[in-house]
Amino acid sequence: MADPNPIRKFWKRPVARITLAILVAVTAATILGPALLPASYAEPSSLSFAPPSAAHPFGTDLNGRDVFYRVLLGGRISLLVGFCGALVSLGIGTTYGLVAGYAGGRIDNFMMRVVDIFYSVPRLIFILICINAFNAQLQHFAAAQGWDWLISSSRIAILILSLGVIEWLTLARIVRGQTLSLKNRAFVTAAKGLGQSHPVILIRHILPNLFGVILIYLTLTIPAVIIDESFLSFLGLGVQAPEASWGSLLADGAGALNPVRIRWWLVVYPAAAMALTLLALNFLGDALRDALDPKRSS
Amino acid sequence: MISFLIRRLTALVAVLFCVVTITFFLMRLSPGGPFDAERKLTPAIEKQLLAKYQLDGPLHEQYFGYMADLLRGDLRDSTKYRNRSVAEILSQTLPVTITLGAIAFILAVVGGVTLGVTAAAGWGTWKDTLAMLFALSSISLPAFIVGPVLILIFSLWLQWLPVGGWGYPAAMVLPAITLAAPYVAYIARLLRGSMIETLGSDFVRTARAKGLAESVVLYKHALRVAILPVVSFLGPLAAHLLTGSIVVETIFHIPGAGGFFVHSILNRDGFLLSGVVIVYCTLLVLFNLAVDVIHSLLDQRIRLDG
Repeated sequence: MADPNPIRKFWKRPVARITLAILVAVTAATILGPALLPASYAEPSSLSFAPPSAAHPFGTDLNGRDVFYRVLLGGRISLLVGFCGALVSLGIGTTYGLVAGYAGGRIDNFMMRVVDIFYSVPRLIFILICINAFNAQLQHFAAAQGWDWLISSSRIAILILSLGVIEWLTLARIVRGQTLSLKNRAFVTAAKGLGQSHPVILIRHILPNLFGVILIYLTLTIPAVIIDESFLSFLGLGVQAPEASWGSLLADGAGALNPVRIRWWLVVYPAAAMALTLLALNFLGDALRDALDPKRSS
Repeated sequence: MISFLIRRLTALVAVLFCVVTITFFLMRLSPGGPFDAERKLTPAIEKQLLAKYQLDGPLHEQYFGYMADLLRGDLRDSTKYRNRSVAEILSQTLPVTITLGAIAFILAVVGGVTLGVTAAAGWGTWKDTLAMLFALSSISLPAFIVGPVLILIFSLWLQWLPVGGWGYPAAMVLPAITLAAPYVAYIARLLRGSMIETLGSDFVRTARAKGLAESVVLYKHALRVAILPVVSFLGPLAAHLLTGSIVVETIFHIPGAGGFFVHSILNRDGFLLSGVVIVYCTLLVLFNLAVDVIHSLLDQRIRLDG
């Protein structure tokens, strides 16, 4: 998998270039954009629910804030939560799969049974319970430690952790399967013969071979986490105002979808930003999988 | 086979025990009680309420008392919806949620298989891209946007279908589509992958060489093998549909169990929450068991002894 050929093949595909260009553009816009726009855009103004105009290309919201600015800001949080949540889930899934596959036998059997059980419970619902139970405690803890930054961002921290904790199962299964076949290969036997310890074999010899799979699941987990966050926002348990994420903007905007007066700009722009980004990530992940998945190299 | 069933049913009991225990302690240990949200109660009344719902005394006694009641089949009363038992609420709302879930389930499987096969058959062509674009766009937007947009188009502008409600077939169309949409994409994606792999194998080449029609090759020969990963996904799919129905029931004003689920968490209605959790988990574990049996019937290479 480490050979350059599939990567070169991947680069030749137009899907890869288009989606990467979109992702770089969206990420840059959300990171740099808010700093470049006039600061007054972030402040509430008397201009409530103004439709799109030259001054406010995406219109304004209930509090007269510029929707373009809010969408960029929301993208920043959504991408942050998505990326960090995906990293958490990759960490858990890779470690779990490596250990299960490498240990084999009974341990492997038990660990995979646990994964099966987690697969079949409605996990997001437990996240609801956990967020409700732990948010106040985390804030108490942060206040006791004097960590001001954690008080203000405790909700985001909890979201990242809890969403990461529920999205690792698929990766664990796949890493385990790969490890099972890798551990009987000659280079692992050689490493064992040289007397290298199990952690060294796992990290130096097996893990590098899983790079492709991990990359695929990074691109596929980010959109899953962003969608999960929007589900929590819809229930009022996601990112809290005045912070915003694409999910919370959409949840607010969904209330504006009624036949009497359609304030379409509150929904269309955040939805377009979110859909464009997630579509690009999903397509990129699928293209990566087509190119890198060893099972499909034929 | 029989020892397999016995082992899985024992596992079900273990799973339920863990899930109920975790739910119970999370609810009781988190700040806030079931009677906080309302008007300030005098301490005497609050004490009586707690005693009535057996929420007083040391935590371990509460826990063992609750477990003993559960073993007797008593799910206790809701602390929020006064004078309604959890069993009563569940028996009124669950049939609705399960009907909606079942329709969405069928839609997701049929839609996903069609799109997946179309994409794989035209691998690398515009058909593939178009089918996947259609599928992936449905997992790129949350259901609470897809739902209202469907209402706007089909109910308010075209006036073909009702805005919400429940009880007659036309009212079920939009909610089922909204609920099924993301899973159409998951299934299409899974099937596309395994179908591309299967189409490269020898028995498909033989079938084509025999001169069979392409649709027969695709649906009768290749699909039989390629469908296996999709069958394994059916268990998780049922879990996702139950979770997803929370949003869909809210949007379409459907009197299902999803709304009670969310509100029981927000209202700290612990017994109602445990009740819903127990029923959901039982349904899902039994469903998974059925899926495993179907899986082994479809694929003779799998033996049910694990």
